Amino acid sequence: MSATLDRFRTPLKRVRGLGSAKGGVHHWWWQRVTAVALVPLSLWFWWFCAAHAGADAAQWRAAVGDPLSAVLLISLLVCLFHHGQLGVQVIVEDYVHVRWLELSLIVATKFLAFAGAVGGSLAVVRIALGA
Amino acid sequence: MSNRARPLSPHLQVYRPQLTSVTSIAHRISGLFLCTAAVGVALALLALANGEAGYALARDWLGSTPGKILVLAWIAAWVYHFLNGIRHLVWDTGRALDLGTAERWGWVVILSTPVVTALIAWSIWS
Repeated sequence: MSATLDRFRTPLKRVRGLGSAKGGVHHWWWQRVTAVALVPLSLWFWWFCAAHAGADAAQWRAAVGDPLSAVLLISLLVCLFHHGQLGVQVIVEDYVHVRWLELSLIVATKFLAFAGAVGGSLAVVRIALGA
Repeated sequence: MSNRARPLSPHLQVYRPQLTSVTSIAHRISGLFLCTAAVGVALALLALANGEAGYALARDWLGSTPGKILVLAWIAAWVYHFLNGIRHLVWDTGRALDLGTAERWGWVVILSTPVVTALIAWSIWS
């Protein structure tokens, strides 16, 4: 059976070039998912900043600590940093052709993005809990 | 297929700049720049979580002239990447891919970016 099916498989089923990234459907998909999430989150964040511009520390803390705002801010941070590191990865893969440097830059980007998302979220949680 | 050493990546030097290529490259550059905006948002929140002193530091820094220029650049890049990103999401569904439509929506993005940027900047600083 499999021998019969193999007759219909052209060599093209094996990807030859692979491109600079060596894979990528998962990467591509999550870049779109975070992009779609960032459409409403960006609009809300622009409004949020404009609405509280010029507020003092206590007003800002109340605004950030509001449960709905806190959830939206953490969602924004996670999507923003995830989307950003996915994008930087593609740029590095396209333009850095020294393998060890390429890998180091990608790993460093992922570490920084993780730190940014966790650090920013922790700040929101601390403010929301009044710490 | 022979395995000649072919260029792997967008070969920027050999193309005449076109609206579609320029908006695409600008999408990458604005996206890269927006990573600094993400860091800025995280740092501002961390500063706010650190009480009055942190808040004052963030306010003074973002309120200075270089700070305001940076924030304005962040807004412009975010608006452009947002609008052009929607163009990309539409393309991903297989629509609007012909050259005329691609260029028409490219112009819409280019012309509406400064308008939306000015609107947001005005509502923040007025």
